Amino acid sequence: MKVEQIAIFLENRSGRLAEITGILAGKGINIRAMSLADTSDFGILRLIVNDTESARKVLKEKGFTVGTTNVVVAEVQDKPGGLANVLQIIKNAGLNIEYMYAFTQKSGETGLIIFRFEKVDAAIDVLVKAGVRLLSGEEVYAI
Amino acid sequence: MIYNEEYETLPREALEALQLKRLQAQIERIYARVPYYRAKMDEAGVAPGDIRTLADIRKLPFTTKEDLRKNYPFGLFTVPLERVVRVHASSGTTGQPTVVGYTKRDIGIWAELMARCLTAAGATQQDIIHNAYGYGLFTGGLGAHYGAENLGATVVPVSGGNTKRQIMLMRDFRSTVLLCTPSYALNLAEAMVDMGIDPREMALKVGVFGAEPWSENMREEIEKQLGIKAIDIYGLSEIIGPGVAIECVEEQRGLHIMEDHFLPEIVHPETFEPLPLGDKGELVFTTLTKEAFPLIRYRTKDFSRLITAPCSCARTFYRMEKVTGRSDDMLIIRGVNVFPSQIEHVLISIEGVEPHYQIIIEREGSLDTMEVQVEVSDSIFSDEVKTLEGLTKKIQNEIKDLLGVSCKVKLVEPKSIQRSEGKAKRVIDKRKI
Repeated sequence: MKVEQIAIFLENRSGRLAEITGILAGKGINIRAMSLADTSDFGILRLIVNDTESARKVLKEKGFTVGTTNVVVAEVQDKPGGLANVLQIIKNAGLNIEYMYAFTQKSGETGLIIFRFEKVDAAIDVLVKAGVRLLSGEEVYAI
Repeated sequence: MIYNEEYETLPREALEALQLKRLQAQIERIYARVPYYRAKMDEAGVAPGDIRTLADIRKLPFTTKEDLRKNYPFGLFTVPLERVVRVHASSGTTGQPTVVGYTKRDIGIWAELMARCLTAAGATQQDIIHNAYGYGLFTGGLGAHYGAENLGATVVPVSGGNTKRQIMLMRDFRSTVLLCTPSYALNLAEAMVDMGIDPREMALKVGVFGAEPWSENMREEIEKQLGIKAIDIYGLSEIIGPGVAIECVEEQRGLHIMEDHFLPEIVHPETFEPLPLGDKGELVFTTLTKEAFPLIRYRTKDFSRLITAPCSCARTFYRMEKVTGRSDDMLIIRGVNVFPSQIEHVLISIEGVEPHYQIIIEREGSLDTMEVQVEVSDSIFSDEVKTLEGLTKKIQNEIKDLLGVSCKVKLVEPKSIQRSEGKAKRVIDKRKI
């Protein structure tokens, strides 16, 4: 139930994001989800793409610093309280979230929350036991 | 006012004759007494007798800081230690400090040169001189102190630090002359305002500032904030300390070099070929009268040019333009010597950090800032901001621990720092001096 995410180091310079998306587009790689963490000096772009390995490879070839990490993708009801419910479960289990971001699906009925946990395996355990539906890598990449 | 009218206004011809006579005697003495110099001169195929004109100085080999280090601590002294009455030393943050020595006569000459400088700045024996240069191994404090006493002024040997008390003393004593680094002068002005004291209500009329490069803008700022004349003084411990050259209060344009004691040259910073008078290059000095620690063609690594035009103050000594930069990589950040190699040392000691870095020096207001740019390699990269920020903090702390200077660490993308093709360009100095 782990989903691979790539992270790319970015200096705060204009045009860098366009460059990365351009490189991925050139390879026919589709971005499923993304978030950008930024500080005054640098940014970290996190992406879930339909072909992690190719994306990692082409970005490295172009000289970017790329890392791969495992995240957990949980489905929540796209209605008030949907996210609150999942966060309550995480809180009750005493799990730490390093960061999270969200996107909605085409159907509009459920939203997907991407969690980066300090302890991935423990988190998966807790969420599955609580009945939260987690998406597999294949499912996410194929969205 | 001129302190030593006879020497400071010598006609060029007489001055050059005096320089040659002193140079010849100096070279002869050094050759006879210091094996290291003798070997260097022999290797260059030059004997004391070959120095027949001032231009013949070009036949002599240069002396560098490296020569001084090799002969640490007393190897280049030309007199036995019992004749040395004082030593000073550089901070020596990398390896050995450089040690300089003075005989009683050297100290006397130095005190005269500093008195000349203070006079050129407009000080007289009526003045109360607040000396905030550091006392100790650094030549600034004691050098200025002896000069002020020689002048007959009242010296307040306050040294560095404890700014509030300094201001209180300056106000209560009605001090008229301030001696310190230019950046400290601005700090004093700021602190006065913070204490609710109008700097212009102090009795100060002039400041003699040196020991770090400073711009014309900074001069304007100091003059405006403190309501004084700001005079630039130049010196380096190897040559004697403060008092090698001074601006006159009449012109404040170029620093008169005490040419009866020091022979200046300007050489190309890479080929070391002598440059035509007036061209800009590396400043080189030969001491003409030093007894304990004379130097032949010492490469200062400071950039300047010589101004030969007559000056309205009547001094005949050539002037050197305000120092605008240094020819090697040693950085002076807020008065602390920093070598890029020290930064490298810190970076490499942190696991995963690549030795690709660059140091950007800028000046914000009156303070130097140092930014160390480090490339983010795969091994230190993380998808979490806090990890990367922790890393920058760690590098900052270690640099601060080693050098005593705080800096900003900026993470940059791999390969974004220009790779060297031979000598790496580690430092970008954006200070507009």
